[in-house]
Amino acid sequence: MPRNYIPILIFITLAFLFPIVTLAILRWVRPSVPHKAKLSPYECGVDPVYQPRERYTVRYYIVAILFVVFDVETVFLFPWAIRYDVLGLFGLMEMLVFLGILIVGFVWLWKQGALEWV
Amino acid sequence: MMTFDQILFYALAVIAVLSAIMVITRRNPVHSALFLITTLFCVAGIYLQLHAEFLAAVQVIVYVGGIMVLFLFVIMLVNLETLSQERRFNRQWHIAILVSVVLLVEFGTIIWRGKAALQLPANQPLMDTLTTNNSEQLGVVLYQQYMLPFEIASFLLLVAIIGAVILAKRRLSSDGK
Amino acid sequence: MFNQYFQPNDILIIYPELLLALFAMGVMIIDLFLDRAWKVLNAFTALVGIAYAAYALYRLKSNALNLSGYNHAILNDSFAIYFQFVFLIATALVILISARYLSIEGENRGDYYALILLSLIGMNFMVMGIDLITLYIALELMAVSEYILVGYLRTNRQSNEAAMKFFLLGAFSSGILLYGISLLYGISGSTDLRVIAQRLAERPSHDPIALVAVVTLTAGLLFKIGGVPFHQWLPDAYEGAPSTITTFISVAPKAASFALILRIFIVGLKPLETSWVPVLSVVCVLTMTLGNITAISQSNIKRLLAYSSIAHAGYLLLGLIAGNEYGITGIAIYFLVYAFMNIGIWTLVVAMRRKDLIGDQIQDMAGMIYKNPGAAVLMLVFLLSLAGIPPTAGFIGKYYLFASVIQTHHYVLAVIAVLNAAISLYYYFRVVVVMFMSEKTDEEKMTLSPGVLTSLAVTLVFTLLIGIYPEPFIRFAQNSLSLFQ
Repeated sequence: MPRNYIPILIFITLAFLFPIVTLAILRWVRPSVPHKAKLSPYECGVDPVYQPRERYTVRYYIVAILFVVFDVETVFLFPWAIRYDVLGLFGLMEMLVFLGILIVGFVWLWKQGALEWV
Repeated sequence: MMTFDQILFYALAVIAVLSAIMVITRRNPVHSALFLITTLFCVAGIYLQLHAEFLAAVQVIVYVGGIMVLFLFVIMLVNLETLSQERRFNRQWHIAILVSVVLLVEFGTIIWRGKAALQLPANQPLMDTLTTNNSEQLGVVLYQQYMLPFEIASFLLLVAIIGAVILAKRRLSSDGK
Repeated sequence: MFNQYFQPNDILIIYPELLLALFAMGVMIIDLFLDRAWKVLNAFTALVGIAYAAYALYRLKSNALNLSGYNHAILNDSFAIYFQFVFLIATALVILISARYLSIEGENRGDYYALILLSLIGMNFMVMGIDLITLYIALELMAVSEYILVGYLRTNRQSNEAAMKFFLLGAFSSGILLYGISLLYGISGSTDLRVIAQRLAERPSHDPIALVAVVTLTAGLLFKIGGVPFHQWLPDAYEGAPSTITTFISVAPKAASFALILRIFIVGLKPLETSWVPVLSVVCVLTMTLGNITAISQSNIKRLLAYSSIAHAGYLLLGLIAGNEYGITGIAIYFLVYAFMNIGIWTLVVAMRRKDLIGDQIQDMAGMIYKNPGAAVLMLVFLLSLAGIPPTAGFIGKYYLFASVIQTHHYVLAVIAVLNAAISLYYYFRVVVVMFMSEKTDEEKMTLSPGVLTSLAVTLVFTLLIGIYPEPFIRFAQNSLSLFQ
């Protein structure tokens, strides 16, 4: 592994350790008085009639799908952007062709009403 | 004695495989999705070890970022109650495990016996150049040596756009009046 | 501006594909401005695109040969050009029969044609590619378009299910294929098939890693052509897909996958021949036998033709196992023939689709000779051709393939293949019996759209012509022998 990623590794390790250590300490200091009522959604009041996890339409999901496509597109553009000076005019044209094809797709999906809310 | 890199690799690999098993065995799809994130993260770590920094970043941005969001959306769309009642595996899973184990042992032995063949001393200078400026090198290779597959990839993305819109959208304006 | 990776005439090599791409995008955009009554224009746009591309390809063929471009990513030799012609013909015929079928299904939109054209671009690059990365991306372009087209009838659950199965298994097989590709790259340090062949030749012949690479590549590629034991997706996908798309995927992508297999095995993996010939021989026998035997018990014409198509993939593998000039010519001529006879028979299945009748049960054809004598006779011709009976075109294809394995002394394979051809007669004639001997169940006559009529006329003429006067077509198919250079 490239050495300059070591700090990130340490950071991730710390992030994992933090909740584990905190919870372990808390388990040790807190009083333990388990009761069934504590696990119900409301300690007082009516029992829930149905499960809170219901199906509901997420209209936004088509935008999410399209986001992934254009996310990948950006990923392809990034290597060009950082090597722009070497690739020159030819690289620019390649990038424009790549982009042009996707812009046709974008115009099409816009006209198709895929970005409309309802 | 293992080096630090080896320890790290085995740790990442073991976590990746274990979480992958968790993905397919958990009853709650949200848990599966979370374990999938862990797997993808560990794979990104392995990419980093291979000096594929760009790929590791893409793995985190596209898979852990974009595709996981989609998974969670889909989980919200399906009916979780009926899903958790259903049988997780169909009747063939005993045979499937048997076949997979046989295949694993087979591939394992063959690769173990032929591992000498996988050493590539000739490519060592290549590795050294890859270590520095991975993304820049990728840019040059992608835009020069592999320019044709790169342009074909944009058609692949176009197909993905069409597919997403026509399969996911109920009413399309080009259906006509 | 230009560098060693790109020469100005590289653009000319892919000119047909550029045209197809422009027309694919054009169809998408024009479609947005068309009223429902004018949707048939989309089919015209696509056909014009294909005709234009075919013309460009013809010019390319007569101008120069063995054009290599894009830093040796593609090689547009006469093998590639021959197969591109087959794809263009098959796609044009499919587009002819699509317009009316789509309007019956209520899904008449331009993106259908755009997807077909984009998949055609993928196939063209698949036969031109000589670099594993180009080949893989092209394969995915073809495959992803197919997955979407199989699920194109959005409100039809069967179509959705077929697309889902096809997609999941297809993605899995692509993964296996990629594993093989990565191993090949690992042992050779190059993605160019010609370099890979050199490096493999330098290694010991029973190199374990190369063996794993061959096995995984074979598994991934056999999935694409529906070879046993990787065939389970095929009957479901063929049955659930819109019939026009079944027509398409049973011919063009199959030919493309086969061309890809030829390129990888004959060019790239030639040094490992001793390890893949036995594997493919077993697969070939299983594919022929299982396809034919399972077809016997089918009551749905789409499933029957699906299993018959599996069996045909088995016959085609004979040519690859022989691996000689006769075998390759056999595969090439077989796909040209197969394009005509298979599209012909599927066109009739498509034509049986009415508002109130799916028309995919064999029983739906009962008494066809009394209702639609013309269609029944056409069906008979195509079935005879599929069975390989002279003077139809199917005979020529089978003759070449069977002769090729006899030349290389694979006598057992040849005997099994002939026995299988005999089995196939049984179920093809079962359809004939239902058409000619059963009482008709209703009076409704088939109505044929102009597109369907054209497609039937073309397929009939060529199915008979290739059978009666094969010489020019065989000479055309021998173009594919440039594979050996």
